Amino acid sequence: MPEREHDDHSGVETTGHEWDGIKELDTPLPRWWLWTWYACIAWAVVYWVLMPAWPGISGYTHGLLGKSDRAAVSVELAKLNAVRGAGLVKLRGASLEQIEADPGLQTYALQVGQSVFGDNCATCHGAGGGGGKGYPNLRDDVWLWGGSPEDIQHTITVGVRSGHPHARGEAMMPAFGRDQMLTSAQIGDLTEYVVALSHRRADPAAVTRARQTFADQCAACHGPAGTGDVKRGIPNLTDADWLYGSDREAIRGQIFNGRNGVMPTWEARFSPETIKALAVYVHANAAGDATARPPAPAVAGR
Amino acid sequence: MKAAVSQRDWGFMTEAIARDDTPLDVVALYIFIGVSAFLAVLATAFTQDPLFRFHGYILTAAFVLGFCVLSLRIGSGKLRSDPGRYSDGVIRAGVIATMFWAIAGLCAGALIASQLSWPRIFYFPDLPWLNFGRLRPLHTSAVIFAFGGNALMSTSFYVVQRTCKARLAGGVWPWFVFWGYQLFIVLAATGYLAGITQSREYAEPEWYIDIWLTVVWVAYLLVFLGTIWKRKEPHIYVANWFYLAFIVTIAILHLINNAAVPIGLLETKSYSAFAGVQDALVQWWYGHNAVGFFLTAGFLGMMYYFVPKRVNRPVYSYRLSIVHFWSLIFIYIWAGPHHLHYTALPQWTQTLGMTFSIMLWMPSWGGMINGLMTLSGAWDKLRTDPVVRMMVVAIAFYGMATFEGPLMSIRAVNALSHYTDWTIGHVHSGALGWVGFISFGAVYCMVPWLWKKDRLYSDKLVEWHFWIATTGIVLYIAAMWVSGIMEGLMWREYTPQGYLANSFVETVSAKHVENVIRTVGGLMYLSGALIMVYNLWRTTRLPSVARTPERLVPPPGAALLAAE
Repeated sequence: MPEREHDDHSGVETTGHEWDGIKELDTPLPRWWLWTWYACIAWAVVYWVLMPAWPGISGYTHGLLGKSDRAAVSVELAKLNAVRGAGLVKLRGASLEQIEADPGLQTYALQVGQSVFGDNCATCHGAGGGGGKGYPNLRDDVWLWGGSPEDIQHTITVGVRSGHPHARGEAMMPAFGRDQMLTSAQIGDLTEYVVALSHRRADPAAVTRARQTFADQCAACHGPAGTGDVKRGIPNLTDADWLYGSDREAIRGQIFNGRNGVMPTWEARFSPETIKALAVYVHANAAGDATARPPAPAVAGR
Repeated sequence: MKAAVSQRDWGFMTEAIARDDTPLDVVALYIFIGVSAFLAVLATAFTQDPLFRFHGYILTAAFVLGFCVLSLRIGSGKLRSDPGRYSDGVIRAGVIATMFWAIAGLCAGALIASQLSWPRIFYFPDLPWLNFGRLRPLHTSAVIFAFGGNALMSTSFYVVQRTCKARLAGGVWPWFVFWGYQLFIVLAATGYLAGITQSREYAEPEWYIDIWLTVVWVAYLLVFLGTIWKRKEPHIYVANWFYLAFIVTIAILHLINNAAVPIGLLETKSYSAFAGVQDALVQWWYGHNAVGFFLTAGFLGMMYYFVPKRVNRPVYSYRLSIVHFWSLIFIYIWAGPHHLHYTALPQWTQTLGMTFSIMLWMPSWGGMINGLMTLSGAWDKLRTDPVVRMMVVAIAFYGMATFEGPLMSIRAVNALSHYTDWTIGHVHSGALGWVGFISFGAVYCMVPWLWKKDRLYSDKLVEWHFWIATTGIVLYIAAMWVSGIMEGLMWREYTPQGYLANSFVETVSAKHVENVIRTVGGLMYLSGALIMVYNLWRTTRLPSVARTPERLVPPPGAALLAAE
């Protein structure tokens, strides 16, 4: 039998064991600790009785309250859809012009559009729609696929090179360098030519050399003056707006690799009314549409 | 005898093994390392997978180096262990490794916290291994498994010897456990950076690294059990129950959660044996019990030795230690499903996870009561001994985290807290406050004991460490409470039209200030650890006190001495 000692400070006996100078007191379990624990166990038992809890052979105990997460989610979703539907139905019969003309409808569409844009579009186009390299800025007046509400609505619906049968983006920018359609020197000259198109100082000799190459290779899509074609999503090369960057390295890279942007179709994700709201929101956020104005005169080769 | 060894080149090894005075444990390890080196060379040579080859080079280098060191040691006859002495060399190495990995893990944490605070500055698109997604598991594993694991191994080796009055079992094998575990850490860490991962939280290393850890862990278990087996005390001390529960349960969790089929024996990639929600449940059964048995049970073992030892008071209640030990390990193992509330996991499973978490509250607090109340009769040491204060604050953070955990497991609370920074704050009050501080306290205790000094270099520096780190923790967890609850509220906010009011990126940018405060808190914690490393290094440079060496048995007889 181990020898139990008396601890003077606490007045409790030790258990009589000692390990490397460490002894143990034989203090009883603290009452408050024990009763709090019992209370936790009792609470758990009550919870098991009331809620789905224990598995059996073929099922589980459903609990006296008959609660079910699955049922609760269905109810909540139904409620949410009712709230959304009550507003969206107002957009159903209205055209985009009518929505924009009616302040009440427009406010509603903007509120919906802002939420949907933040959760779905902001990932690429940025929180405020400001875009980034490779992702168009939606706040300016430059539109690849047209900036009218109907154009925007159509782009959102079918996407760009999205696999949708009516997707935008049939015209593809070739990879002139990667696919060895042009030599490195020709691409260098073309780069100077494109710089000159956008009213910037360029090497005149290179611009002269590239004139024929541009006419042969680029003008078919970008137009003889490089002003692009908004019907086919062909960028205007004479303005100051550049999707993949405006410096020589970026322009050369785009001629060399010919990146073609992709945007998903949202037809399957959103109702037509939601897409309308989104189009109204994007249109309201933009600074107009430059393509609606007459194009600036081309000054290439200046 | 020395002359006989170096006769022929091949004979060098065979004769070294054949020497009658080379212990069997050394021979076994020698053969094991030799075979492993051979297999590593073959795997490296024949694999088509560049990542596997990269790890093959590391394995080959480690085994060849180990083989050479063992050859030299066997040749010079240095590997005989003295059964009359405690085996302290491996613990000293463990303490150094603990502090090394602490600094590494905390630096990784400070870097990823900076990435979250200033994503434009700390984003390195040309250096994929510095991506947040690869550095985050590096940080968690470095802190939990490298820092925490080394702290647990070295303290468990220290405690089990002292409380059993027996030298570590297995001769040279504790050294294998130590170096094998470091190899595991290096493989895991380099794997994360290279993109080798199972994508399972706290279990990211791929299948071959898991197998290696299993080998090391079984050796660890056998060393620990063997030491308890040959103990000179009639009873097993409570600290050893906790250490043993930690070692055994981690082995089981590790084996089951990492059940996977590699796509080839010379490939890094593998697929889990489980699928869908079963896979998720197994993962979080593992993940939660990694917290329960690695970060709770193991460090409670540490507390049960170093707190009573340092304050020189008996443990508060033997009965409480029994009841809270068994209730803790029985209830903890059920609580995992609370990580999967409101998911595809059946609701009844969520109920069980939640209710068992609530029932776990008091068993967890049993350890806190026993730790804190052990100070009764020695509360003045809180004022006079900063190391005691550090361990007591650790226990306080333990109490806070083990209250917060059950609270967050309640489904209604979890609906708000889940996936938010609140979870991150909760984890860090446990990791920085409890795990970090109790380990620092234990290391502050052990270093003078192991290096035979009568004191630490500077108690003043311990004070500085304590206050800087404590302030850092408070900044960290307070910032995470605020940002966690804020983003939880922002995520669930709807507009009157029935749409989410905030986009995800808005909730991210709303947390900027809290993220910066968190970074500052983390840097403060790191600064404290750096002060500690300096203090410990200066401690080892103090003049040694001439203490009579701790002897387990009377000095060996004259016959043995003559043989030397």
